[in-house]
Amino acid sequence: MTRGALFWLVVAIALAALPPIAGALGQPFYIDLVRRMMILAIAATSLNLILGYGGMVSFGHAAYLGLGAYAVGILGVYGVTSGWAQWPVAIGACALAAAAIGAVSIRTSGIYFIMITLAFAQMLYYLGISLEVFGGDDGMRLKSRSTFSGLLDLGNAVSFYYLCLALMLVAIYVTYRIVNSRFGMVLRATKSNEARSRAIGFSPYRYRLTAFVIAGAMCGLAGALYANHTNYITPGLASWVQSGDLMFMVILGGMASTAGPMLGAFALLIAEEILKGWTEHWQVILGPLLVLSVIFFKRGLAGIFHA
Amino acid sequence: MTWSLVFEQLLNGLQYGVMLFLMAAGLTLVLGIMNLVNLAHGSLYMVGAYLAVAGMEATGSYAAGVALGFAGTLVVGMVMELLALRPLYGRDHLDQVLVTFGLILFFNELIAILWGRGSLYTSLPAWLQGYVELFTGSRYPVYRLVVLAVGLVVALLLWYVVTRTRLGMLIRAGATNRTMVAALGINIRLLYTVVFGFGAALAGLAGLMAGPMYAVQPGMGELILIQVFVVIVIGGIGSIRGALVGAVIVGVVDTLGRAFLRPLLATVISAPAAEAAGPALASMLIYLLMAVVLSVKPAGLFQSR
Repeated sequence: MTRGALFWLVVAIALAALPPIAGALGQPFYIDLVRRMMILAIAATSLNLILGYGGMVSFGHAAYLGLGAYAVGILGVYGVTSGWAQWPVAIGACALAAAAIGAVSIRTSGIYFIMITLAFAQMLYYLGISLEVFGGDDGMRLKSRSTFSGLLDLGNAVSFYYLCLALMLVAIYVTYRIVNSRFGMVLRATKSNEARSRAIGFSPYRYRLTAFVIAGAMCGLAGALYANHTNYITPGLASWVQSGDLMFMVILGGMASTAGPMLGAFALLIAEEILKGWTEHWQVILGPLLVLSVIFFKRGLAGIFHA
Repeated sequence: MTWSLVFEQLLNGLQYGVMLFLMAAGLTLVLGIMNLVNLAHGSLYMVGAYLAVAGMEATGSYAAGVALGFAGTLVVGMVMELLALRPLYGRDHLDQVLVTFGLILFFNELIAILWGRGSLYTSLPAWLQGYVELFTGSRYPVYRLVVLAVGLVVALLLWYVVTRTRLGMLIRAGATNRTMVAALGINIRLLYTVVFGFGAALAGLAGLMAGPMYAVQPGMGELILIQVFVVIVIGGIGSIRGALVGAVIVGVVDTLGRAFLRPLLATVISAPAAEAAGPALASMLIYLLMAVVLSVKPAGLFQSR
């Protein structure tokens, strides 16, 4: 058994064993926390596809998290509570939004790309704030969680947990397959040397845009999950602080690595929980901590595990 | 909708535009010369506003508050450049974004510890509190006119410094080819610190002038920072002229959109629909404008490089 396979086996067993253990200890809080970590790990994994492998520094990835969540919430307001309808709409809406945002942004590069993706995400954030019908600044409560024709009850914390675990592993596997396919090879080539990949006949724009749309759609799924996780949606999900958090998860875990985004998401949220336990002003510690980790900790957590 | 109201909103837009310009000028120089993305520029705006309030409260003098806000932000900016940003010049933009993002968390929380999370309100001296009558029956606050005038004077001064002085020549040369400037014996590191410090002081100036108009609270810099990014993207990175033109366009479009889009829409579609769509569309207007500009000119209106 290879090292990578062993790593994933341990991860899967540990995460699968958590609900019974937390249940036995009478600490259901941990089921909730780890479920949130896994949902954000899906979002970070999708960001890694364009940031880590595609070299596109998108500072607006939380836009799809918010959009996916709002798709679930808005359909719920109009009486559509079936997850079979809500989730594909969330994913499709995010793919469309990513196609529109990507079509404009990918024409640019460098600092422009960072600022434009950020600006578009903020545009959606302010749109959410100004939509009074759907709660505006205060956000809105889901009338009910997504239903799956009786097959799955998301109200049950443990079965929702296992759904998130399964989807996270699928998302990581799909991303792994994408970056190791022909498409992924070209995408990585455009990152490492754009001029050369042009010279051998590839059009970087199309590959980048496709990756951008896939990443947006995958993050839309995370958004739909997140809406069901909190049962409450606010525009803050699409804010730039959330986008920055997602970027930190990818960097902390290790860019362009299979397990990196997941490890980063887990590490960041655990650090947050610990610091919140110490002081109300936890961000005054987390901020410099993040600064130091970027300056001195280049390879990320995945470098430690070789995963 | 009367013409005096339109004129008044136009002045508001110009006034907001010069505030954006004060922010954008420093940021675009830092981007253009040092090739550094500094998200914490909005934090400097916040620091300026808070230091001015603190100075006013401690001394009771408005002038002392203004002086502390300006000079204090200059110092904070230089210290920030020396401690946190110097290690970043050789790194890629991603690292710069992340580090300065971490700085924002730090500054916001530090301000919350020192002054609390609530909004602070400041009072203006009597000579700034009045109104002038622009037309018969329409009064306009003196303070907003003063802000507009200060912004325009700073813009003129900046134009003079950048195009007519030795320092400005070095700044332009540094933006074109920093290695060559260093090879010619110019202390480029010192130049960077000075430019960054003055960019910070301009952000502080914008912040201290914003204090009496908008709420002074932790995180106040983020809202304006994003709009400043839009300004810079529209104007072109590194171009002061682009920053001025972009700032005025964004300021006017944003202000007029918020004021008139809803009544204008109501003449075309039903009133309740306009009630819902007006504010939503108004808040998206400048971003749509940015998308249009970029699809025509991907490097902004005034490309400097």
